[in-house]
Amino acid sequence: MEKLILRKIEAGREEMILNFGPQHPSTHGVINLLVETDGEVLRRAIPDVGYLHRGLEKIGEQVGYPGFMPFTDRIDYVAAMFPNEGWATAVERLLGIEAPPRAQWLRAISCELCRIASHLVSVGTMAMDIGAFTPMLHGIREREKVNDLLEALCGARLTYNYHRIGGVAFDLPEGWRDECLRFLDHFDAFLSEFDRLISWNELYVRRLAGIAVVSREQAISFGLSGPNLRGSGVDFDLRRDMPYGSWALPDFTKAVRLEVPVGKGFVGKTGDCFDRYYVRCLEMKVSARLVREALASIPEGEIAAKVPRKVKPEPGEVMSRIESARGEMAFYVVSDGTDKAYRVRVRTGSFTGMGIVEELSRGLMLADLVALIASLDVVAPEIDR
Amino acid sequence: MTPQEIQTRLRGRFGEAVGPMADTRRDPFFTVGKGALLEVAAFLRDEPDLAMDALEDETALDWPQRNVLEVVLHLFSFTHRHGVTVKVEVDRAAPSLPTLTGVWRAAEWFEREVYDLFGVSFEGHPDLRRILLPDDWEGHPLRKDYREAGGWHGISNERENPLVELRRLDQKRRQENLP
Repeated sequence: MEKLILRKIEAGREEMILNFGPQHPSTHGVINLLVETDGEVLRRAIPDVGYLHRGLEKIGEQVGYPGFMPFTDRIDYVAAMFPNEGWATAVERLLGIEAPPRAQWLRAISCELCRIASHLVSVGTMAMDIGAFTPMLHGIREREKVNDLLEALCGARLTYNYHRIGGVAFDLPEGWRDECLRFLDHFDAFLSEFDRLISWNELYVRRLAGIAVVSREQAISFGLSGPNLRGSGVDFDLRRDMPYGSWALPDFTKAVRLEVPVGKGFVGKTGDCFDRYYVRCLEMKVSARLVREALASIPEGEIAAKVPRKVKPEPGEVMSRIESARGEMAFYVVSDGTDKAYRVRVRTGSFTGMGIVEELSRGLMLADLVALIASLDVVAPEIDR
Repeated sequence: MTPQEIQTRLRGRFGEAVGPMADTRRDPFFTVGKGALLEVAAFLRDEPDLAMDALEDETALDWPQRNVLEVVLHLFSFTHRHGVTVKVEVDRAAPSLPTLTGVWRAAEWFEREVYDLFGVSFEGHPDLRRILLPDDWEGHPLRKDYREAGGWHGISNERENPLVELRRLDQKRRQENLP
């Protein structure tokens, strides 16, 4: 990067080159953006990532299969249930075992709660980045309640380490279901309050509508996934279109009704910042209903399958995809028949999300760059792993 | 289409450049010759019945015994909702491959990561720099024979066992008769 700055200055151009980050609060973690500006207008912004690279893929080759589970929490610590689930399902597919139904339902419930928590952070910080501080506090307040619920479930507030190869670690504690239902009743009211507070606020809408439009073709070519892809009008959700875990169980899909919100230009154009934002708001509503429906008809039974003490899958490879809060999270695991993975690859939604920033930044206003990054909901540890 | 059908279709068009379906118990894949990669990629994307419009993931595998690096492509079609895994073998000593950035834009960052962590250089890539590691890092960590250099710019990556350190501090305190 340093060389790049020098080269630009030597070329004698007149635009200003700024470092936006790595400690800037609007970059959502430790990300540096090298911004070439002409006044307020961007020539382009070059993302410089890697500040949070901890070599998790290399660690995955060195610790055994069960031992990697706590590390997966650190892939995305804003929504740590998803890498847990991704790793568990990937290794289960390698081993050719399946978690018992109750464990699958518990996974789905914990993941949907986690999706709510993650989206609350996303929409809250987005409002803060735009300049409205209050919605962030409202979002964090609600997320706190989800964290309390998940803490009661598994003892941790952020890095859950809850899923296990072949099941989950703990069953629902006593009284948890009522506690959760109480939260959901309150949460439905909160969502409409949040809509009144910020989503349809005219200033907010005008800051986001029509900004940084990602076309359908662009989104697909750049490999966007999850809410970012759906914001561009692509009706695709791994839970429905490539079912995994509980979503592949007929009982489960009969009990819950999954709706997939898709951006359609709610106020501006399809694929603008507001679409990506509002798809997340709608997803929270869907997730809350999914939790309610799943809790109503969760089956009794075991919460963990019998797994050999030494996990030693036969040689082979799997590509196991799950729908994380930030889009498709895929674990590509190669086994060579020993008790350690030969290769662990984690494909994350934030990585491809950040990859499109340079393309979209051309010609944006500096303040809109903040809106763009917030709307893509990138999280630095998930980019860098 | 199933991966098997896609492989048969490619085999009919490109012949021996497309390898046989790998015999694996889990997710299937097939290899493509390095020389035919660009044509195969464009064919996969542009044929209406294949329409692989998304590069879902691009990564690599290191096999020192066979002296090859395998670049792994996971492709997906949003039109037909089918996908396929394609592998390309490159020489481990001087790994290089034509870039796929002209076919799928997502390849820009994926290839930078493969270059960074495995050292595969992609010919024609518009901006092939390290992405996760610092620019002056030596070596490619996800290769199997990578050894840590013991630090970077004076920042050590080795640490004393904290218990040993505590014991030493205790002894020091006792010697100096500190409370």
